[in-house]
Amino acid sequence: MDLFATALPALGEALALICQPAQLGFLCLGVLLGLSVGVFPGLGGIAGLSLVLPFMFGMDPVSGLALMVGLVAVVPTSDTFASVLLGIPGSSASQATVLDGFPLAKKGEAARALSAAFVSSLFGGLLGACVLTVFILIARPLILAFGLPEMLMITLLGLSMVAILAGRLPLKGVVAACFGLMVGTIGEAGPGGSLRMATYDLPYLADGFSLVIVGLGIFAIPEIVALLRQDQAISKSGGLGKGWLDGVRDWYANIWLSVRSSIIGVIVGVIPGLGGAVVDWIAYGMTVQFAKDKSRFGQGDIRGVIGPESSNNAKEGGGLVPTLIFGIPGSGSMAVFLGGLALLGYDAGPHMVRYELDLTYTIVWSLALANVLGAGLCILMSGPIARMTTIRFTLVAPFLFMVIAFAAFQSRQSLGDLAALMGIGIIGILLRRFDWSRPAFLIGFVLSHQAENFANMANQIAGAKFRQGFLIGLEYIGSPIVIGIFVLTIVSVVLGIRQSRAMMGDTEAPTGSKRAPLIFLLCVTAYLAISVINASTISLVSDKIFPITVGLVGLLGCSALLIRMRLASERDAIFADFERGGEDGSAPHGLWWTLAWFAFLLVLASLVGFVAALTVFFLAFLRIRAGLSWPRAILLSVIAIASMCALGGILGRDFPAGLLQSTVALPWPLT
Amino acid sequence: MKTEKILGRSLAAMLAGVCLASYAPSARAEVDFAGKTVEFVIPFAESGGSARWANFFAPLLSEALPGNPTVVVRYRPGGGSTTGANWFQRQTTDDGTLIFGPSGSTQFPYLLDDPRVQYEYDDWQVVLASGVGGVAYLPPELGAKFDGDADDLKGIEFIWGAQGATGLDLVPNLAWKMLGMNVQPVFGVEGRGAGRLMFERGEANIDYQTSPAYLKSVVPMVEAGRAVPMMSWGALDDEGNIVRDPSFPEIPTFKEVCEATEGCETSGVAWDAWKAFFISGFAAQKMVFLPKTASAEVVAAYEKAFKDIIARPDFAELSESTLGAYPQMTGKGAEKAKVMATKVPAEAKAFVIKWLQDDYGVSLK
Repeated sequence: MDLFATALPALGEALALICQPAQLGFLCLGVLLGLSVGVFPGLGGIAGLSLVLPFMFGMDPVSGLALMVGLVAVVPTSDTFASVLLGIPGSSASQATVLDGFPLAKKGEAARALSAAFVSSLFGGLLGACVLTVFILIARPLILAFGLPEMLMITLLGLSMVAILAGRLPLKGVVAACFGLMVGTIGEAGPGGSLRMATYDLPYLADGFSLVIVGLGIFAIPEIVALLRQDQAISKSGGLGKGWLDGVRDWYANIWLSVRSSIIGVIVGVIPGLGGAVVDWIAYGMTVQFAKDKSRFGQGDIRGVIGPESSNNAKEGGGLVPTLIFGIPGSGSMAVFLGGLALLGYDAGPHMVRYELDLTYTIVWSLALANVLGAGLCILMSGPIARMTTIRFTLVAPFLFMVIAFAAFQSRQSLGDLAALMGIGIIGILLRRFDWSRPAFLIGFVLSHQAENFANMANQIAGAKFRQGFLIGLEYIGSPIVIGIFVLTIVSVVLGIRQSRAMMGDTEAPTGSKRAPLIFLLCVTAYLAISVINASTISLVSDKIFPITVGLVGLLGCSALLIRMRLASERDAIFADFERGGEDGSAPHGLWWTLAWFAFLLVLASLVGFVAALTVFFLAFLRIRAGLSWPRAILLSVIAIASMCALGGILGRDFPAGLLQSTVALPWPLT
Repeated sequence: MKTEKILGRSLAAMLAGVCLASYAPSARAEVDFAGKTVEFVIPFAESGGSARWANFFAPLLSEALPGNPTVVVRYRPGGGSTTGANWFQRQTTDDGTLIFGPSGSTQFPYLLDDPRVQYEYDDWQVVLASGVGGVAYLPPELGAKFDGDADDLKGIEFIWGAQGATGLDLVPNLAWKMLGMNVQPVFGVEGRGAGRLMFERGEANIDYQTSPAYLKSVVPMVEAGRAVPMMSWGALDDEGNIVRDPSFPEIPTFKEVCEATEGCETSGVAWDAWKAFFISGFAAQKMVFLPKTASAEVVAAYEKAFKDIIARPDFAELSESTLGAYPQMTGKGAEKAKVMATKVPAEAKAFVIKWLQDDYGVSLK
């Protein structure tokens, strides 16, 4: 009762604050900004917020707040466009959406997938706000119950989703996940700063690879290259089948799935330190496990879109709880948000929830309102934008290459970004070709850092607790939450392995000779072995134990696979090679020649700078590969360069500079 | 924006050439930034304390510089801020349209001979130095054993969440070691806020926060009886002595606690090392630099601008939540702070490098 006595008036005040015309105007402005930044893969809430940060200082606090909240709220909504339409994970929040969203677009059901995703987002955001309104008052003890062992267990639960996403052969999925985990350890170790598979002579490697680049390399590049080889539209039929109303109906038919996924989103979002990276995978995994008919997942099941999309907007609301209650940002964009709050004169922290509850509710409900606005706009746009999937893909591809290269370059603003994108893109292409689970690789990569850090720290603290007394130690590592999540993890692994075959349906992977798959497996084995040897030369135990453990598990898996390869016939699923049949095998254009176009852009950029390289690339590609007439090729190139320059100029971002720029000073945008 | 900059620069160069040709020993030209864009580069990501600090100063700087240029904050993260600093070292902008804002995290690798460091503080011209303080605190049951000296804390096994051995957390680690306390740092915590959360969860039983965070998040815990302040790192007076922190006059400094504790000395190599790294990591934590190529007029214009900002009647109020109530040093004061923050006696450096290797197995090679 006491709670309600304080909460209700604050809620009333908050609503009165939000509903003023000026506030609504700024909220809309924020939503529009967020939508336009969010559609570009690799540019998330952080890029958008830093755009408005300079104006925060001296702004009317409530208006500034509305602007920022509007922006933060819609980024996980608008990044869905890239995930569904192009198979490019727009941000870490929508990686899992790619798995079923993109196949739907290929079937010509892009509008349906998009609108289902947006309704789910909207619903998740609203449900999140409702839960938060009550929860924020009582969340403190709950959040404090999540210590390091609990966070480690949640990370493991995220990793256990590998089981369901492992593909035809669970063992291959495990090795792919180990591969991803190992790539995640490249660079300076978190605890002691030892270098792993890196040297200070290559400073780029010492920082490790960024998630944006790995996400683009593993998902976007293989898909773009595969589509480009076909020389068709994304939608195979060339038209649009089901429309956006069907998507809304689909969502309504799966409303409980949406509720469940939203709750997962809120819970995981609330725990500080986990970030959003696991949420969509856990939601996707759970969606598959609870589904009765699993045969269509991965090939365009609408439920595979509704699940993760319901969770990722709910997570954004959940992420507000630690941000506001403890002043600890739940994600990168939340950190910038906190910085913006400080410029407005507010300080998040315990006192904010206690003494400025009206302000807290203003934030929570602005977020909900922004969600409604953003998702509503997106639903309206989803029909027209889905038409993009009916355009001949060869005309879309150069634009995508441009956007991807630009997005990748934002991660560290060095040519190393472009090289890393290319390298990881090749790994992605090979994983796809030989039917290794790319989600498993990505989950491993995403969780590598957390898994290592939480394990090390929990271990150290547990050691100290056990020295104080056996029971104290046991109480620390064996809390009911830890045991609960542990059981859930086991169940998820067992169910996952049993069910992952059902997910693939009856499709058979084409097989060819033994040689190519064997060589790839040997390369992975060699990489894992070298990493283990490299790690064992590190003197700090805390920095080497994780890569060695992961590597040994991976190597064990590799040996089992090698033995099976020795025994199995050429037609066994272990020798899957998509170049030997199916769509890829019969594609009119070769794999490596198609990839060479992208390599051409990157190499040229490193020589003469990005904008000059783009000009040459566009003209050459459109004229030679797409076979357009000169006037049309020039027109499209001008449009591309102009929009790129506008984007770079507005966001205040540099373009990659090449060798030429290091010798001659050139005017912008050629710098 | 950039075209304008380069256009402006070439115009300026042409004008300078004309001036030189006609009457070389002319009066000093007034610096005017009208229509220009100043890039305020920080070697960190958008989400850190430095971003907050830079975004706080950017609009004020725009108002205070002659001609009111647009001031934009640019982020060049990587390599624990060494990537951005190495980049800045290579810049030759001379018209004041580029300023750089590194922090203690940039100074520590420089002091410790990190192999990634290719920058040289002697080359840079400082125009502002900002300080910050820090306070260590204990849980109430352990705080009861603390009576101004650490003698009664020696048998206890402490745990605290630290970010890394060679970062700013080096300062508290060394302080606790000098007090003879058995503090086991759990490395790998992401940000001091996460360290505070570990304390609140009871996983850590000692912690420290920088002053703004202490005021905001730990003071409520102290009021609720869930934490007890132990000591502050102190602040520097004009002569470079460590005195009580102006934000926490009632909390003793580490220096006082050390003097009262058996076996802890406020002279000698360990103390010199602690003081040097304390100044670099806290008392003169953040500075604004111009490249060495910037002309004297430009430097003077920036010095005046920062002086004007700090002299604003509303500065204290504006800066309180972002920067805390700390002296912002300009001119000679900033110069002095820079020297103290970037020069460490050779023995003190050797002592720290050996200690990091012996206690944590961390080497910077």
